[in-house]
Amino acid sequence: MTDSTALRGTDRVKRGLADMLKGGVIMDVVTPDQATIAEEAGAVAVMALERVPADIRRDGGVARMSDPDMIDEIVRAVSIPVMAKARIGHFVEAQVLQSLGVDYVDESEVLTPADEAHHIDKHAFTVPFVCGATNLGEALRRIGEGAAMIRSKGEAGTGNVVEAVRHMRAITGGIRRLAGMGAEERYAEAKELRAPYDLVAEVAESGRLPVVLFTAGGVATPADAALMMQLGADGVFVGSGIFKSGDPAKRARAIVEATTYFNDPDVIAKVSRDLGEAMVGIEIDTLTPDQRLANRGW
Amino acid sequence: MTRIPGESLLAAGPSDDGLSGGPTIGVLALQGDVLEHLRLLRAAGARAVAVKRTGELDRLDGLVIPGGESTTIGKLAAMYGLLDPLRQRLREGMPAFGTCAGAILLARRALHADGRPAEQPLLGAMDIVVRRNAFGRQIASFEADLDVQGLTGEPLHAVFIRAPWIEEHGPSVNVLAKVGTPLGDKVVVARQGNLLASAFHPELTDDGRLHALFVDLVREAATV
Repeated sequence: MTDSTALRGTDRVKRGLADMLKGGVIMDVVTPDQATIAEEAGAVAVMALERVPADIRRDGGVARMSDPDMIDEIVRAVSIPVMAKARIGHFVEAQVLQSLGVDYVDESEVLTPADEAHHIDKHAFTVPFVCGATNLGEALRRIGEGAAMIRSKGEAGTGNVVEAVRHMRAITGGIRRLAGMGAEERYAEAKELRAPYDLVAEVAESGRLPVVLFTAGGVATPADAALMMQLGADGVFVGSGIFKSGDPAKRARAIVEATTYFNDPDVIAKVSRDLGEAMVGIEIDTLTPDQRLANRGW
Repeated sequence: MTRIPGESLLAAGPSDDGLSGGPTIGVLALQGDVLEHLRLLRAAGARAVAVKRTGELDRLDGLVIPGGESTTIGKLAAMYGLLDPLRQRLREGMPAFGTCAGAILLARRALHADGRPAEQPLLGAMDIVVRRNAFGRQIASFEADLDVQGLTGEPLHAVFIRAPWIEEHGPSVNVLAKVGTPLGDKVVVARQGNLLASAFHPELTDDGRLHALFVDLVREAATV
């Protein structure tokens, strides 16, 4: 019999937690009260941060890792996993989050990037990482760096699902394309995708990413969540969409139900009733290129 | 046929036509790692189906409750009226196998990591008390080789993710495996009649021996 301290931080253990989140909703929260509302509504995890993306967008300035006190309070408030965001390339923020005991680090484009050339070497950590991606190549580069979970980026803080759809279709379409290729075509495709060949070959063989694929960035309604699930997401991140709406507790529960019963229009119709105001959305075309968070990371 | 979370977009959908003649085993598919269980159950010769609704319970010979978040699965089961029908079937002797969150749901009582009682919907079918996240947060998640009573051959390679352990159990519960911790050996696999609970995730490996043991148990229960 081996001991419980023997083998920690393995790929299997890191990817395994994401497997346990499948079919669930991960909600952005900025206070312990919001975390409790999210847990009560059936969230599988919460993302602890100081400002939701809609407020980061409005306030401008540099967005950084959250205050450790605030993360601690949220960790104490709930029994479900707690995630927190580090800036792209800011491996010291990630070290701090690991030391705080968060369950997953999101190396996130929602915060202001700290390095314009390099993402964090995620293999160097015991805590697992989730990273955003807009297409298959980006997803595989992040997995190559050690990401144990991928989320399509979407455009955070807009309440507009169109970019999430674009990115999810790009990732799943890329997988389908790869799976249809002959073995000799994969080498050129790996070059085209700028992704490690071994991962390209693995995806071509299995027809899926080697890690769980969630969606994020613009999900505001139960129907949005179900749409992303039907497009192939394993689960949903909801950022500003819940706590920027009129009745957060009710909307949170409705999005959880719509994610579980994503292929049942009767359930989605039922839970979509009487939810109060949805967050005010932003038309993507009105954003200047530097306002587009999805362009951060590479 | 409905798609379940985690299912490949390309591979054939989860058909329920495993071996004809095998028992029909449902995997509660409200949330969690459903697909991994379906795979190992089919490999063990069962007809394995994902279930989300009360009407789907009647045809089942056995039930697997997967890993996931026990609070989420419990709340959804309560909202969709699954708790009482499930309790009823379990009382009538339907075999069940819970892994991690599933083991918590089968328990009569759940504790938080710090020992406070956890207020969450449970099925209460097994005479066990589980301590949630007992080994610690994700950074303490681990893999270990376990000797499991009733399994022959190599030790079972077990993956523990924010895992619970079985803190207490009644006299009718058999302990099948323990793992060493700095606080002493803790119970991580237990059986009570037709009910099986593991604190770890056999479904995250390719070792299907626990699933095969469960399928055998379902077969025996069905022929009684």
